[in-house]
Amino acid sequence: MSASAATVLSASTDLRFRYAVHLGDTSLILAQRLGEWVGHAPALEEDLALANIALDLLGQARYLLSYAGEIEGKGRTEDDLAFLRDPSDFTNLALVEQPNVDFGHTIVRQFLIDAWQLELFECLQGSSEPRLAELAAKALKETRYHYRFSSGWMVRLGDGTEESHKRVQDGLDSLWKFTSEFFAPGAVDEEAAAAGLGPDPASLRAAWAANVEQVLTEATLKKPADVSYRWFGKRNQHSEHLSHLLAEMQFMQRTYPGVQW
Amino acid sequence: MNQAPANRVDRFVAPAEREIWRILADVPDPEIPVLSVVELGIIRHVRLADDGRVTVGVSPTYTGCPATEVIARSIETRLEAEGYEHPKVESVLSPPWTSDWLTESGRAKLKEYGIAPPAHSVSHPKHLFREPKVACPRCSSMQTSKVSEFASTPCKALYRCASCLEPFEYFKCI
Repeated sequence: MSASAATVLSASTDLRFRYAVHLGDTSLILAQRLGEWVGHAPALEEDLALANIALDLLGQARYLLSYAGEIEGKGRTEDDLAFLRDPSDFTNLALVEQPNVDFGHTIVRQFLIDAWQLELFECLQGSSEPRLAELAAKALKETRYHYRFSSGWMVRLGDGTEESHKRVQDGLDSLWKFTSEFFAPGAVDEEAAAAGLGPDPASLRAAWAANVEQVLTEATLKKPADVSYRWFGKRNQHSEHLSHLLAEMQFMQRTYPGVQW
Repeated sequence: MNQAPANRVDRFVAPAEREIWRILADVPDPEIPVLSVVELGIIRHVRLADDGRVTVGVSPTYTGCPATEVIARSIETRLEAEGYEHPKVESVLSPPWTSDWLTESGRAKLKEYGIAPPAHSVSHPKHLFREPKVACPRCSSMQTSKVSEFASTPCKALYRCASCLEPFEYFKCI
């Protein structure tokens, strides 16, 4: 990094805001996607599981976006940030906005992100910003539980019937290309790392890959080839799916501004 | 390590704040009403300022637990009813709540209510890598099996007893 000594020593308010929004958006958008399963999952237990994981993610998002609004100092609340920003303002990882497709795809998406959040929150506990370190310690415990669920399903489906194997392998083949963004430089998380706010995204790769490969092997799934990535959600470049997701999620606030429950 | 706040109350708390702890010991958790918020282990501190203002520190069990706001409101309402003006609930995230914060009386009440209490301490180094041996809260049989990691609230998992054939909920170790 060519950052000056001053930026290394103290993260600017603007950077802390953008980093918290990036992390919060990733949790928020995934929570919304998982929420779409409520009432539709293949079994009641899985319906509850996906809704519970969505709740944990929503809790993370609320904490991060509230914190972001607070340090921004313009009076924006978690709700303003969630419901009144346009798709191009969101900096979530592109993987989390991908559609549910089927239970197999949903589990693959969850597994890939859980394995990433495990490493992220582990490292984020050492953040120079106590509010982020605090959240990381809390979220890490929940993420371990999510990971146990999603990695367990990867193995059950992958090493299950011909049909279940095919569906998770399809999911893996279509979603793998979104994982390179997790570790790519050139976005807010790299700036945050230089300022001691969070881990260097590239540094999370080795542990993530080792975890993922071990589960894929046990699940008798084939790891897709890496592609030179095209998606860059954390640099505000999204697939068309995010607009559709937000149209639904933001409908009430956009239609009835300021409406309260 | 699991020091029951109920015991701390009398030994280490100033008399004026002790009274507030006693009131809180009577505020139920909205989702598991046999437990008080004190037994659940989510009350982190009680502060009584010189001007009579009360601040209660509450730690959420799960970051997204929907009961958190209901709990904050019921604490405030209850303290107001007891004559404390403008009580304030603040959220305390660190150190994070774990199931180890459940008090002994809380564990006994859970079992009585039909929910199996956490089977071991989360400070055990291998706690995530082994399946807990969970006793059926009805017949105490150890012949039980997990149906789902998740149940009706974030803090519970779904189990089934092979002896009495009843399903039951298990308060997760987290």
